[in-house]
Amino acid sequence: MGQLPPHLELQRSRVSCNKDAPIHTESIQYSGAYASMGIDNSSRLDRFSNNFRVEVVRLNEDDMEFDMIGIDAAIANSFRRILIAELPKMAIEKVLIANNTSIIQDEVLAHRLGLVPIQNDQPNEKNTIVFKLHVQCKRGSPRITVKSDALKWLPNGSELVKETRNATSDSSSKPETYTYFCCSQETIPEFVKNPIIPKYPDIIIAKLGPGQEIELEAYAVKGIRKTHAKWSPVATAWYRMLPEVVLLEDIEDDLAEELKSKCPVNLFDIEDLGKGRRATVARPRACTLCRECIRGDDWEKRVALHRVKDHFIFTIESTGALPPEVLFTEAVKILEDTNA
Amino acid sequence: MGLKQEDILNKNSKNLNVSEIPVDKQKLAAPIKSAVDKFQLLPEFLKVRGLVKQHLDSFNYFVNTGIKKIVRANDRIVSDIDPSIYLRFKDVRIGEPSMTVDGITEKINPHACRLSEMTYAAPILVNIEYIQGSHGQKTRLEKNDLVIGRMPIMLRSCCCVLQGKDEAELARLGECPLDPGGYFVIKGTEKVILIQEQLSKNRIIIDADKKGNINASVTSSSEATKSKTVIQMEKEKIYLLLNQFVKKIPIMVVMKAMGMESDQEVVQMLGRDPRFSALLLPSIEECAGIGIYTKEQALAYLDTKAKRPLYASSASDQDGRAFCILRDVFIANVPVRCNNFRPKCLYVAVMLRRMMEAILNKDAMDDKDYVGNKRLELSGQLISLLFEDLFKTTLAQVKKSIDSVLSKTSRSSALDPSQFLRRMEFITTGLERTLSTGNFDIQRFRMHRKGMTQVLARLSFIGTLGFMTKVSPQFEKSRKVSGPRALQPSQWGMLCPCDTPEGEACGLVKNLALMTHVTTDEDEGPLVSLCYCLGVEDLELLSGEELHTPNSFLVMLNGLILGKHRRPQHFANALRKLRRAGKVGEFVSVFVNEKQRCVYIASDGGRVCRPLVIADKGISRIKEHHMKELLDGVRTFDDFLSDGLIEYLDVNEENNALIALYEGEATPETTHIEIEPFTILGVIAGLIPYPHHNQSPRNTYQCAMGKQAMGNIAYNQLCRMDTLLYLLVYPQRPLLTTRTIELVGYDKLGAGQNATVAVISYSGYDIEDAIVMNKSSLDRGFGRCIVMKNRSSNVIQKYENGATDRILRPQRTGPGSEKMLILDDDGIASPGEIIRPNDILLNKEVPIHTRGTRVSSDSLPDSAYKPVRQSYKGPEGESCVMDRVSLSTDRNGNLSIKFLIRHTRRPELGDKFSSRHGQKGVCGIIIQQEDFPFSERGICPDLIMNPHGFPSRMTVGKMIELLGGKAGVSCGRFHYGSAFGEPSGHADKVETISETLVKHGFCYNGKDFIYSGITGCPLQAYIFMGPIYYQKLKHMVLDKMHARGNGPRVMLTRQPTEGRARKGGLRVGEMERDCLIAYGASMLIFERLMVSSDPFEVQVCRKCGLLGYYSHKLKTGICSSCKNGDDVSTMQLPYACKLLIQELQSMNIVPRLKLAEAN
Repeated sequence: MGQLPPHLELQRSRVSCNKDAPIHTESIQYSGAYASMGIDNSSRLDRFSNNFRVEVVRLNEDDMEFDMIGIDAAIANSFRRILIAELPKMAIEKVLIANNTSIIQDEVLAHRLGLVPIQNDQPNEKNTIVFKLHVQCKRGSPRITVKSDALKWLPNGSELVKETRNATSDSSSKPETYTYFCCSQETIPEFVKNPIIPKYPDIIIAKLGPGQEIELEAYAVKGIRKTHAKWSPVATAWYRMLPEVVLLEDIEDDLAEELKSKCPVNLFDIEDLGKGRRATVARPRACTLCRECIRGDDWEKRVALHRVKDHFIFTIESTGALPPEVLFTEAVKILEDTNA
Repeated sequence: MGLKQEDILNKNSKNLNVSEIPVDKQKLAAPIKSAVDKFQLLPEFLKVRGLVKQHLDSFNYFVNTGIKKIVRANDRIVSDIDPSIYLRFKDVRIGEPSMTVDGITEKINPHACRLSEMTYAAPILVNIEYIQGSHGQKTRLEKNDLVIGRMPIMLRSCCCVLQGKDEAELARLGECPLDPGGYFVIKGTEKVILIQEQLSKNRIIIDADKKGNINASVTSSSEATKSKTVIQMEKEKIYLLLNQFVKKIPIMVVMKAMGMESDQEVVQMLGRDPRFSALLLPSIEECAGIGIYTKEQALAYLDTKAKRPLYASSASDQDGRAFCILRDVFIANVPVRCNNFRPKCLYVAVMLRRMMEAILNKDAMDDKDYVGNKRLELSGQLISLLFEDLFKTTLAQVKKSIDSVLSKTSRSSALDPSQFLRRMEFITTGLERTLSTGNFDIQRFRMHRKGMTQVLARLSFIGTLGFMTKVSPQFEKSRKVSGPRALQPSQWGMLCPCDTPEGEACGLVKNLALMTHVTTDEDEGPLVSLCYCLGVEDLELLSGEELHTPNSFLVMLNGLILGKHRRPQHFANALRKLRRAGKVGEFVSVFVNEKQRCVYIASDGGRVCRPLVIADKGISRIKEHHMKELLDGVRTFDDFLSDGLIEYLDVNEENNALIALYEGEATPETTHIEIEPFTILGVIAGLIPYPHHNQSPRNTYQCAMGKQAMGNIAYNQLCRMDTLLYLLVYPQRPLLTTRTIELVGYDKLGAGQNATVAVISYSGYDIEDAIVMNKSSLDRGFGRCIVMKNRSSNVIQKYENGATDRILRPQRTGPGSEKMLILDDDGIASPGEIIRPNDILLNKEVPIHTRGTRVSSDSLPDSAYKPVRQSYKGPEGESCVMDRVSLSTDRNGNLSIKFLIRHTRRPELGDKFSSRHGQKGVCGIIIQQEDFPFSERGICPDLIMNPHGFPSRMTVGKMIELLGGKAGVSCGRFHYGSAFGEPSGHADKVETISETLVKHGFCYNGKDFIYSGITGCPLQAYIFMGPIYYQKLKHMVLDKMHARGNGPRVMLTRQPTEGRARKGGLRVGEMERDCLIAYGASMLIFERLMVSSDPFEVQVCRKCGLLGYYSHKLKTGICSSCKNGDDVSTMQLPYACKLLIQELQSMNIVPRLKLAEAN
């Protein structure tokens, strides 16, 4: 297989970030795009499997950064979209408010509770996670702040007794509540070791003045981001294309110093050539595309900023329900399912 | 002489400068000349004066001084029948706000009044002295603290309980510390007396009328009378126009009637210039032509021209009617003592001279729109007028009652005049009624004005503030004139150049600028004597000719001629020096008018003025150490005033000053330096960041919209029971603030949110200013708002027969119980319950019989009541929540129940949003976050704005706000964008913002590299993206959307009802009809105008053409005039048409229908 001429190869594989606007941003999909030059542009499985690589750069409990190389923007974007919108998660959907004398309105309180991320949830449409929140600020005591750690998991389901208007139920049977759990959730193997709690204990839910009280039960159910942002397992997930900084000519001496000082993220280094100094690109990955290095007269002739079209630096920030790497594999699974 | 003096001064200063040139260079480098940050003066100023200081000062003046003056002027009631019986007021004062119910006096606070629909008022207490008894035994008695009425109290005034309270105490009283006060609480509603703009009283104003005749007019206003005097030049002759005379009077006749029998003296008074005598000559000739040479002849002539007075009094007959008019009505502001008319003659001479100057030189004409010729009437003055009227009426009534008692021959008890006073309710009810309706109808002062008070708009905090600074115009709004609407250069610093409504009131309704102060009246007496001490020559001692001698200036005090002075500049400087030393009131203005050769001294109320830093030869008196002392708290704003560092200048005196914007721009001639340039804007325009970069109408639009933005209203917003309340769930303080925002507290009670905005064209649903919103942002609470509505209060009434309304326990079972689910056991809806349409809020029953025989409410059977349930009628499908239920006692002592219903809304398609730059737009589409573009840092915008919004609007300020906001979030410091703030450091410069952006890895121009959320590829442009403060406006689709299929109809015409509130139909109007006719869609017209509107079947008699009726017995139509059914046809007609025919018939007009084809 022949090679494309360099300018076409640049168009095909790089986004050129010029001073005024980025050009060649689209990927060239058509298999016969370069047919006249005898070059096949079709996507081939073998070529893909040879070239495709994933390199994890950083992996923490809550976030990860990895490089996905040799893939089309459309596919990378699919992963991003699935991560954002389609991964299921548990979030508080229904709130039964028994008492709320605080200044925060019931529906605002419920909305805030919904956005509290829950740790260790195993998304399961058959299950409901029940939380209880009962805080009281005694008269005469100072104001208190209700934080998310006040949410207590009720493995045995609701404790609120259903109010029945016709008082015919006999006293012997268990009082009717809002849930019917066949067994305690604590006995489910996944939760034996890890009880369900909010991921962060210090999220402010409400503030109570003396004499105010909140008593409620919250029911978390499974859902996806498409319905509401609270069912999002990621805070955000995005990618950027790998930056590539090319020095079009040798930049020496004072110009090199100028270039080095121009860059706010310290992209360039200066190497000592003995008789003079020359600028080199040391950390292209750090480029934020502030375009300072191509600002000013003639600099666009010396430095070119590119983005590699098939190299994606992916970042996933988890909200805590699942570790980020699991989230990504889940996303892959969902993509597989949709293709099937 | 005066001019020469000045010249010498100038020369001196020039000489000094020449000698100081080497020193001057050093001075330029010295820190003094570099701008001292005078900004701290502003918060200090506002701390001393408050945001609505004009209202408060005015009311305080009335309460402390004005009311006493009124009572002192009318302090005696003397009986006509027995003059030895009298009542005298010794003192008057306003007590503490309180309320007396059943003899028990209770202190009240404003918030309690708001909630229980009371009037926040304080008793007017008087000390009186009176004669009790009659015939032989008369005793002089004294009574202290007698209540003669209740005066509504302005919040935060000196009588208010809130005065001087700190934040904690205010909170305890249920009051918001940021609330400015300055309004009244009348029957539970907050009422503001708008500032009224008026032409100056007692000043000579020269202008031309429609015919081009030159007028000199004076609107006189003294304690006794109010009148308007016009002297007009018509066909080269000069006339006097006065209401009391039937026709215009030759001016020379008037002069002669006032004792100026010699024509020469009049000419001398005008001055030596032959041009003036030439102008007067035709008038002298005319006077001689009608044969009037002496005072007696003139008065006799005037007597024939005088209008017959409405009520003849004995005094006027004695002296002659014309004489009285000349004395009391003609230029009433010039007092006539001991029938000495000379001051009046001189005044007329000055008027004539000014007029002739205007004829000779058109520039001498006065500008009516000039702010210096205007006075602002504030609540204190208006209430004082009202009180004076009511007080006099009360006195008259009391006198009448005393006389009627005295005229009775047999009396059982001794007469006590104070009894009558106590019984009078005029003052209380009169004040309350006038303030609550806003109709000032004061016969005594011929004042009939409507809409003087308005309900304080509590839509947003800033709207409330804006209401307090609003100045309403003197003219009616319909006048199509451009002059008063145009921006006047003299408005600078006094009235906001941006804040005016659009439409008919544009330019007429104005708003005060941030530092404006409106003066109150000041005593003239000491000023007069001071002026004479400073060398003013009394006119009494001068001959007429000396009036206009070229080497002297006239001295006028509040429109009155005091005398003349030979060294006006010296005199003015002396007065100013005294003022700066605090020996004369700080608001007294001295203005040397070189053109008119006059020194005007003003101490009257209603002038607008503003504080300025005094500069000596261009060097500011405020030095670094003064500001340091201010910051340390050892120096207050008042100290600056009393130390002569700062002074108040009114619009006229500004003409004698050369004011530099900044220290650096000051030249040796500079006399004053502005405190801060952004204070030329008002409160509302002050919210706009970088307004000086915007096209000016955009700032005006924002001023209108800022008042509609939702946010926080006050700290006590959740304790209020307003009829309509819009709140934002998560309001934020703007990332890009201004100094004004911090001064007024908008950062604490914001009305908007900082949204990350990307300026792209996206999805096609963003044309015509629509915005695209991110669904996830909305999920997280962006733009979420709470609407609270107060359902009209329900009163549990007691009836005259002893029966009362009652509230019943709700039914828990059976039919109807499903509507009572939200009721508590006491029959009142409980807070926190979710309400659905038709739910019952109050299970109330009303007795059937409310009159007649007395019954006990306990013994009434259930059958004697009928249910009057209050149910919720909201739109179907919308679920609201009962927020609060308030039980209070109303004025009649009945239980009143109010429900506050809450609805939380998230933004939806069609809701209106706006940035702070007059760029409003509706939400066009809501899009999922994954479809939204994202930046290299993973930032996803909250909303997308179409770039087409920029080129034609030229809101560069918005772009800078975006840049500044972006820099602000990256470096963690709030950026500033105060108006004209770049030189003084109150606005960040674009260059520094760009540097900050670059430092944090952004492009200097704020444009980011963005990926498309749909394709995943980068966009082919860098996108301008960053945070902009967005306001949610009160116009929401939910309140407006309306459609109807079938629905209610109007009873009379049987046509569909009108309006959304009545579920009305959508009208095919005249123009729509015209379109359909032109197009020829006849069946559609038929369907719209008849079938879908009000079809009606009528019986028409083909013979007589009248309408008949359908007889159900005979199953046929019958014509009632032909008495048979032979020729009756059935046809369809709009019911309105049938109605018209019948109405015409009732007026003896017979419309006959001629049917072309019928069966």
